[in-house]
Amino acid sequence: MKFTKICRRLSYEHKSLVARGFSTVSDKWQSVVGLEVHAQLNTESKLFSGAQNTFGGVVNNCVSLFDAAVPGTLPVLNRKCVELGIMTALALSCKVNEVSTFDRKHYFYADLPTGYQITQQRNPLANDGVINFQVFTPGIHKKPYRKSSKIKQIQLEQDSGKSLHDAELKRSLIDLNRAGAPLIELVFEPDLEDGEEAAALVKELVLIVQRLGACTGRMEEGALRVDANVSIRRPGDPLSTRTEIKNIGSVRGVAGAIRHEIERQKTILDNGGHIINETRAWDATARVTIPMRDKEVVQDYRYMPEPNLPPLRVNLKTDIEHRDVLSVPLIQEKIPELPEQSRKKLIEDFGLRPETSIQLVNEPTLLDYFQNLTSDKTRNPTKVANFLINDLMTVLNKKKLSADDCPLTVKQLKELTDMLLSKDINLEICRNVLDELIVISDDDVSPLDVVEEKGWKLKSNEDELTKLCIEVLENNPKLVKQYKNGKTKVFKALLGILSKSNNKVDMSVASKIMEGLLKK
Amino acid sequence: MNKLTGYTIKMVHQAFSEKMLTPTSFIDLSLQRTKQNRDLNAFVCVTEDAAETHSIESEKRFYISKQPKVLDGIPIAMKDNFCTSNIPTTCASEMLKNFVPSYDATVYSRLRRAGACLIGKCNLDEFAMGSGTVDSIFGPTRNPWQYDKKKWRISGGSSGGSAVAVASGSCLAAIGSDTGGSTRNPAALCGVVGLKPTYGLVSRHGLIPLVNSMDVPGILARTVEDVTTVLNVVAGPDVNDSTTIKKPFEPITLKDIDLSQVRIGIPKEYHCEGMSREVIDIWGLVADLLEREKAQLEVVSLPYTSASIAVYSILNQCEVASNMSRYDGIEYGLRANVNSSTEELYALTRHQGFNKVVRSRILAGNYFLLTRNYVKYFIKTLKLRRLIMDDFKKVFSPDGGVDLLLTPTTLSDAPLYDEFAAKHNRDQCAFQDYCTQPANMAGIPAISIPITLSRDNLPLSLQLMGPPLSEELMLNVAKKIESLVDFPILK
Repeated sequence: MKFTKICRRLSYEHKSLVARGFSTVSDKWQSVVGLEVHAQLNTESKLFSGAQNTFGGVVNNCVSLFDAAVPGTLPVLNRKCVELGIMTALALSCKVNEVSTFDRKHYFYADLPTGYQITQQRNPLANDGVINFQVFTPGIHKKPYRKSSKIKQIQLEQDSGKSLHDAELKRSLIDLNRAGAPLIELVFEPDLEDGEEAAALVKELVLIVQRLGACTGRMEEGALRVDANVSIRRPGDPLSTRTEIKNIGSVRGVAGAIRHEIERQKTILDNGGHIINETRAWDATARVTIPMRDKEVVQDYRYMPEPNLPPLRVNLKTDIEHRDVLSVPLIQEKIPELPEQSRKKLIEDFGLRPETSIQLVNEPTLLDYFQNLTSDKTRNPTKVANFLINDLMTVLNKKKLSADDCPLTVKQLKELTDMLLSKDINLEICRNVLDELIVISDDDVSPLDVVEEKGWKLKSNEDELTKLCIEVLENNPKLVKQYKNGKTKVFKALLGILSKSNNKVDMSVASKIMEGLLKK
Repeated sequence: MNKLTGYTIKMVHQAFSEKMLTPTSFIDLSLQRTKQNRDLNAFVCVTEDAAETHSIESEKRFYISKQPKVLDGIPIAMKDNFCTSNIPTTCASEMLKNFVPSYDATVYSRLRRAGACLIGKCNLDEFAMGSGTVDSIFGPTRNPWQYDKKKWRISGGSSGGSAVAVASGSCLAAIGSDTGGSTRNPAALCGVVGLKPTYGLVSRHGLIPLVNSMDVPGILARTVEDVTTVLNVVAGPDVNDSTTIKKPFEPITLKDIDLSQVRIGIPKEYHCEGMSREVIDIWGLVADLLEREKAQLEVVSLPYTSASIAVYSILNQCEVASNMSRYDGIEYGLRANVNSSTEELYALTRHQGFNKVVRSRILAGNYFLLTRNYVKYFIKTLKLRRLIMDDFKKVFSPDGGVDLLLTPTTLSDAPLYDEFAAKHNRDQCAFQDYCTQPANMAGIPAISIPITLSRDNLPLSLQLMGPPLSEELMLNVAKKIESLVDFPILK
């Protein structure tokens, strides 16, 4: 105790000396980030009651007596929750525990009807896992890099209800629909360095739980919520005081909140201040973290074993199951292909670049399109992928649609890509067709009909193109002269004029004709 | 009056068949009796309408469809910590004075399914925290034995109301709860039979908890046979209580048992300080009776018995602190009239809603559960609980152990209210629960059987304990003892 005090004082003095003496100290800070993620399990009913587990139900309508903490009611563990929890644990290479137990975590809060949350603090469902993911944010990283984070434990626990505060009437209202909803909490080791890594981890986790069907991953609905522990230190120093940012509700929010918090802590330390252990919230509008008022006091949760639930036992070795014991090997068999394997396949089997594989896998709808477009006949995988990532997404983004909302059928996309790849249309027309198809949103309309109806088919007839080229040359005698004087660069300008005047020109054919004409 | 305190289920059904009585007329008699005995304060609420409706249904089954059920027309009472749909369930506390559940406890719904008629809800110590039924917002329950308006005895508790309801003839059977002796103790002091079944044999769903890991619904009736009939109705697995034993329950049959194959242990640690001479005498007397019936008796040892009270006290307070945290005035029950802040609302509600005993247990329990105390108290207590359980395991071991244990239930006959009420709740319980709470600690079955009357003409009782799920043997031996001692009917 004394020793650490002395060390702390020394390091404090050291820091203030450094702060006074050098102006570039900020570069010498190392940030440390660890996450805790709550994921709502995608089950019909709640963790310990038969009430419906759904988002957006009529207020206080998905509440059993148990969820309202009516005296005399007892918890009955939902088998499906255990199965999804174990499946997630296995997908993250965790060691599933043969016996796990439930604890009560006590605190008073208006939307926590029992005054305690049933969780698995002491003997959780699973321990010691790892998540591997690629960090790649276009615009920030030039190249993707691989990162991994260790998982300390995965536990089953209850969600709380929701409090709605009416500041004007000074009233609080409680909605218990979410009370008792099943959650898994994933506790990660503090082995990340910044917000982008954390965001990439969360994105990967969302993809994994979605593949498993364990969680919808809809962060905007609160189905997956992130708490981030952030601290900074000198490289080589032990971990220092951390702050916790609670309930971050989006992938980009995770990146933004952590970036802001690291900067905030650096500024404080650079100015000779010190960090206090506190809970903060991310204000997504103002883009700052702010202290949370009601969590100031350090809580003693007075954990106690939950006496109404016998220990949860699973069968780790064989396929034998019965009412109260699930077989872990059987659950293992149900695990589908995971995002990491998908990326590997895209790179190895289709020759895609790593960043392309990341972008495709990050948008399950695009990946699905890609798989369909490359399965029935040979289409150039790189071109298909680029078409989806760049062109389709650009059109969707303009319309403020997400990939999941894309109304296009696989059949429509197949026809369209075929027209594009065989140069019946060019990229610009292709985007126009996409736009048109999205507006129409009719599965039966074929892209070919749209192209023909609008007269967008490319002109590749040589006579017609020759006519157009001659027109361009005649209208731009200066450029032609320059070209003939050896300034061959202007060729591109001439082509540009041609394509501007007429967007339905097959440029590869046109360029050959133009070159021929100039050389005459 | 005296027929009502002498009837058994079998006799009443016989009378129904012979039309000497009908379910409606009998329930009517029971309700009248209840009113006459209002002074005893056994009931928190008499459910006259329910009883009449139930008895009409029974009557139809008896005489029209001619398919009577085992408890048709039998008046029963429930301790007021069992939830009953549309009937207030108060736990004798301000906190739940206005609480009307919308569901039935499993025990109650099984009794109803067997045709039982609910006479009323019985008084108890607030949230079952006590051993006298003296700490109730409805006032104390009085023992019918040697009852005098000025000088009366406590009923024992915390299921005192249930015991008095049975003893005084309001009903043939009543449900109590037993966490440290709360069924057996008042049964012993009121001269009725009180059974605490094996933990997990009877569902706790709908029983408002005191200590989840020790609570068991208890059965009170005037004979071992009636207790057995009720047990056969209520026992068995329940999907709503994950701690019930999953194995299907085989109904118990009573027969004339040959005691020569039964080994009965007398645990020497139960001969403790403060035990009255009379209790020690009847203990020896019954041991002799059993020996005369060729049972094999031996003195055995349960060395950790004396640690039991302290262990019980800590575990009880920890679980109480946790279980009571749901009473915050938000969802149901009392809500204090304050709106300055949520914290204020909690504090005032809980101050107004709980009596001193409840509040002090919450405070102590929260102290023991603090992170810094958890290992020092809670974990240590769990270890001691394990040792106490091991004591029983050893003494009941199949090779060389005994089949049952014979002990007193209480250390004396029923104390006078004035003397009892002068003591602190903690000391009351420590004294009253000494012989009963080790069975809760170990989850084993136990039964209190009235033996004889003391010099003051008050009931004296003994207890049998057995290994888990030994109810069949235990009830059969209890019945034998019952027939040997011929305990008098309350006049």
